Parts: sequence; structure tokens; C-alpha cells
Amino acid sequence: MMKQILAALVSGFILGLGLMVSQMTNPNKVLNFLDVTGQWDPSLLLVLGGAVVTTTLLYRKIFTIATPVLESQFYLPETTVIDRALILGALLFGIGWGLIGYCPGPALASLGVRFYDPLIVIVAILFGMMGYRLLSCKTIVK
Amino acid sequence: MENFTPYSALFGGILIGLGASLFMLLNGRIAGISGFLKGLLSNSTTAADKSWRAAFIIGLVLSGLVYQAFVPTQGSAIENTPPIILIIGGLLVGFGTAMGSGCTSGHGVCGLSRFSLRSLVATVIFLSSGIATVYVLRHLN
Repeated sequence: MMKQILAALVSGFILGLGLMVSQMTNPNKVLNFLDVTGQWDPSLLLVLGGAVVTTTLLYRKIFTIATPVLESQFYLPETTVIDRALILGALLFGIGWGLIGYCPGPALASLGVRFYDPLIVIVAILFGMMGYRLLSCKTIVK
Repeated sequence: MENFTPYSALFGGILIGLGASLFMLLNGRIAGISGFLKGLLSNSTTAADKSWRAAFIIGLVLSGLVYQAFVPTQGSAIENTPPIILIIGGLLVGFGTAMGSGCTSGHGVCGLSRFSLRSLVATVIFLSSGIATVYVLRHLN
């Protein structure tokens, strides 16, 4: 168990360094990327592109081994259906992202840079998640 | 395009990909940060599951602290977003990622890298609604 925890810590650290280096932890930079009709900053396209190309190539290598190094199996999402929750959820997430320029990863990595804004965002994110859970529980009961 | 920083963007993107791939290689899981947060809140997550999720998040926070200690220029020049907007935006990000099962890391990076159609749909939608929101805020006021 200790190994999995250490592996998660190191993976999170490297991913976070990537967010810092690429300035995705700067909400202005993110908002300037989303501002396609204004002073557009295309940097995020290269961040996403660099991340996706790297991950695609490495995933292909990784999935040729039978099991991950520290676990007995790969745990991959199995849902494939494009449902209303996916569409509406992504839509709402995008609106929030466009309002503040923070998504969950950069908000966490920014805590060490400027404490209060990301802290407010993270607490609100957690409340938003709990709100969804309460709502979806009620819907299932009905 | 005076703010365009292609080299740091590409280098940072590659690091993000390395972190996500290392996590798949070692722990066999998608590096989806909203999912990790959601799992920490859930009653159905075991203590063992919670501990690696928390460790990933601590790694993220530490990366910011360490990077800031060596390259301390980045904290400045941030637009002052009023707290109420930060709260509303954060609530929407939390609610939306819980409902849509992912954010920029889970859908955007890991999902696209596995050629997941769900993740492609989600990524196109959140990019579009993000662009629309910034357009309304910056150009229709």
C-alpha cells in the first residue's frame, strides 16, 4: 500500500509541475485561451496537445503489459454511453471554468502560489460535488 | 498573440503527460483529479483508496510550493476575481465534473489519449461552454 501511495504522490507532483511550467495555474492565461475573439493566447492548445500526444504514446506502451506495476489489474472507466449527465455536466463545468479560469488540478497546484483564491475555489468545488451527490441520490430514490 | 508561450506550454504539457502515464504504469488508473476529489468525499471509497487519492492531491499541492520556491515570479499579475464569482464558478466546476464524470485531466488528457468517445464529447462541450462564458463576460458587457 505504501508503494501505491508514494507512486500517487510522485505522479501528482510531476503532473503538477507540468501545470506550473505551462502556467495553467495562472487563471488569466486560461481565460485568455478561452477568449478566442479577444487577445487570444493559444498556449493551452499546445499544453493539451503535448499532454495528449505524450500520454497516447506512453499508454500504448503501458497497455502492452498485463498488469500495472503495483496493482493486479488496470482500472479503466467502462461506461461508453453518451448520456444527459455527461453532456449537462461538461456544459456546467465549462461555464464554471470560464467564470474563474480554474479547473480542479490547477486550483490545487496554485495553493502554494496564491493561497486564498484557489482555497475558495477548492472548497466551492467540494461543495458542488456534494451538492451533485445529494441531488443524484434523491433522483435515484424517486 | 503577444501572450503566446509555445515552449513552456509544450514542455509543461509533456510533463503533464508523463505524470498521467506514470500513474497508469504504476497504479493502473486514469489521472482524473476531479474524480480523486469526488472519491475522497464518497462513503463507498475504502480507506486504502482514499489514501492514494489524497497522496496524488498532496503531490499536486507540493509541486506548486516547490516550483514557486524556485521560480517565484508567477504569483503576480492575476486578475482580481471577486470571491462571490470564485464561489459560483467553483460550485459549477464541482457540480459539473461530478455529474459529467471528469475534468480537463480525466476527460481532456487521459480520456482523449485512450480514444474515448465520451471524453471527446465532454472535452468539446466544456471547451465550448468555457469559450461562450468568456465571450459573454468580456465582450457583451
